Amino acid sequence: MSDNTAQPLLRVRDLVVEIPTRRGLLRPVNGVSFDVERGEILGVVGESGAGKSITGAAIIGLLDSPSRIASGEVWLDGERIDNLDNEGLRKVRGRQIGTIFQDPLTSLNPLLPIGDQLAETAMVHLSISRAEARERALAALVEVGIPAAAQRIDAYAHEFSGGMRQRVVIALALIAEPRFVIADEPTTALDVSVQAQILSLLRSLCVKRNTGVMLITHDMGVIAETTDRVAVLYAGRLAEIGPTRDVVESPGHPYSRGLMAATPSPSELADKDLRLNQIPGSMPGLLDVPAGCAFHPRCEFVKDRCRNAVPTSYPSGNSHSACFLHDAEALS
Amino acid sequence: MSNGALVQISDLTKTFDISSPWLERVIERKPRQYLTAVEEVSFDIERGTTYALVGESGSGKSTIARMLVGLMKPTRGSVHVDGVNPDSASAEDVLKFRRQIQMIFQDPYASMNPRWRVSEIVAEPIVTLGLLSGRDAVVRRVGELLEQVGLSARDAGRFPHEFSGGQRQRICIARALASNPEFIVCDEPTSALDVSVQAQVLNLMRDLQRDLKLTYLFITHDLAVVRYMADQIGVLYLGRLVESAARDRLFSAPSHPYTQMLLDAAPRLDGFGRQHQSDSSEIPDPINRPSGCHFHPRCSRAKSNCAVESPQTQTAGASRVACFYPS
Repeated sequence: MSDNTAQPLLRVRDLVVEIPTRRGLLRPVNGVSFDVERGEILGVVGESGAGKSITGAAIIGLLDSPSRIASGEVWLDGERIDNLDNEGLRKVRGRQIGTIFQDPLTSLNPLLPIGDQLAETAMVHLSISRAEARERALAALVEVGIPAAAQRIDAYAHEFSGGMRQRVVIALALIAEPRFVIADEPTTALDVSVQAQILSLLRSLCVKRNTGVMLITHDMGVIAETTDRVAVLYAGRLAEIGPTRDVVESPGHPYSRGLMAATPSPSELADKDLRLNQIPGSMPGLLDVPAGCAFHPRCEFVKDRCRNAVPTSYPSGNSHSACFLHDAEALS
Repeated sequence: MSNGALVQISDLTKTFDISSPWLERVIERKPRQYLTAVEEVSFDIERGTTYALVGESGSGKSTIARMLVGLMKPTRGSVHVDGVNPDSASAEDVLKFRRQIQMIFQDPYASMNPRWRVSEIVAEPIVTLGLLSGRDAVVRRVGELLEQVGLSARDAGRFPHEFSGGQRQRICIARALASNPEFIVCDEPTSALDVSVQAQVLNLMRDLQRDLKLTYLFITHDLAVVRYMADQIGVLYLGRLVESAARDRLFSAPSHPYTQMLLDAAPRLDGFGRQHQSDSSEIPDPINRPSGCHFHPRCSRAKSNCAVESPQTQTAGASRVACFYPS
């Protein structure tokens, strides 16, 4: 494990995930590339079926059979991790990559006190004694803001409220001090006042430890407030990637443009007669992804070229968009 | 009656008995336990407008919806829709009530029978209420309804699983419109949908309101959606209506501290790197609600009397707020 700070913490290159089915080969992730730097929060946004969660699962080797990584590479800190065997992956999961899922109740063992779960993770990954591990577990619970942590360390998951449970899950993801965390819709199951708490906790902990985070969500507001950069996925492909502010305020790809305009915002004073921008149609199913640019049937700027060729990534402002609108050669 | 309130809700209260079985109560000497899901909620909905109920989980939003459409009987208080109270009305009036009031549910996957064709689903209210006679008339009406919600009459022969989430919600809307209702209760109608599809459904609902002069009760936890849909907004917290005001007033000058907290916590598209003021408190257990004002343990303005007395609702113009120290 080299500690080369010149290269990004996580590097994903041309990742393709395939699922062989009786009706044909599905590609829920089709050539996705991105980097995550240390201490950076990369938001991954898209509608259901865009391939957000499968990208996350592929990175930590949690794809369910028969889906598999067909091609592409995943590098963590200069080490390739997409071709590791089960034993190698086990050392990466938890120790180097922490994960936070949507539903905190299914991420915790209902039959084991939360302190034991935390301590077990610390013992396995950090090779420390039981007593030390318990001390770390307590420190972790204090850090994520569990009130009266010393008394509640032996409580079970069901004794906590939803927000407190998600705090425990965050403690569990971070206890082995991973360099990278994948948070898959971590606040979707929570109420809005609790969501704000959990996101600011996640952000402050990761900034403090210089941990890279991949935050998967469908909520553009969460993206705008929490992330440094954002990747917009559509039908398994990267539509646009760039600094969050640029993508939200001046999106380059027609799909991100439509997505921003369709998002109602509580801060803007809407006229009662003002209509939300709507993108016609809906995301194609994996069995019938259109040829060329997958967005072309819903796109208002569609040209002949879009129906035949898949656009590669072109610079658009500070971002990169996979859209022929930004192909400088064709424009000149 | 051309204008005025179509729906009147007064002192609506619902208490659930959640006691253990009597044998356990006798042996373990447990007292009876009650959960007050809705407590003394009153509001009116003007004809042709949208009233939005906003609140987090456990606030009693859906319980109010159920009582409104007559799926649940209130413990106390009453519901009047166009002057008819479903609990004391004659059988004939109840039928009229049911025709006038329809509901759209959150989950478009669970709210339709998967073995029925779309034609049967949409025709059911027409057939059950005997609104049209003759098969051809019903078929024609179903086709009209489907076109009204942006589907095609050809879709009538298909099954629900052949449609996407947004299209299914359109079918649910068509079914709700089938009995020519005046009033539609929408319980989180777009929470299960993606953003771009949500925009389509919200726009459709607003167009239908304008064209058919519908009155909506719109239930949601999403303040951004409320801003696009509502004329009047009620904020619920643990069963009580803490604030009720016109939309622009509520967003520009919220007076209850809970409303202010909700508005601050809602994520915004323009909130880059914004810090929220919220602490680490959460919604208390609805079975053991805090004394006095239920919000006092989380409130920054709470004084000693907030823990003892429950604040009365104060009226100022069209706005009402239940707080001792409103801003």
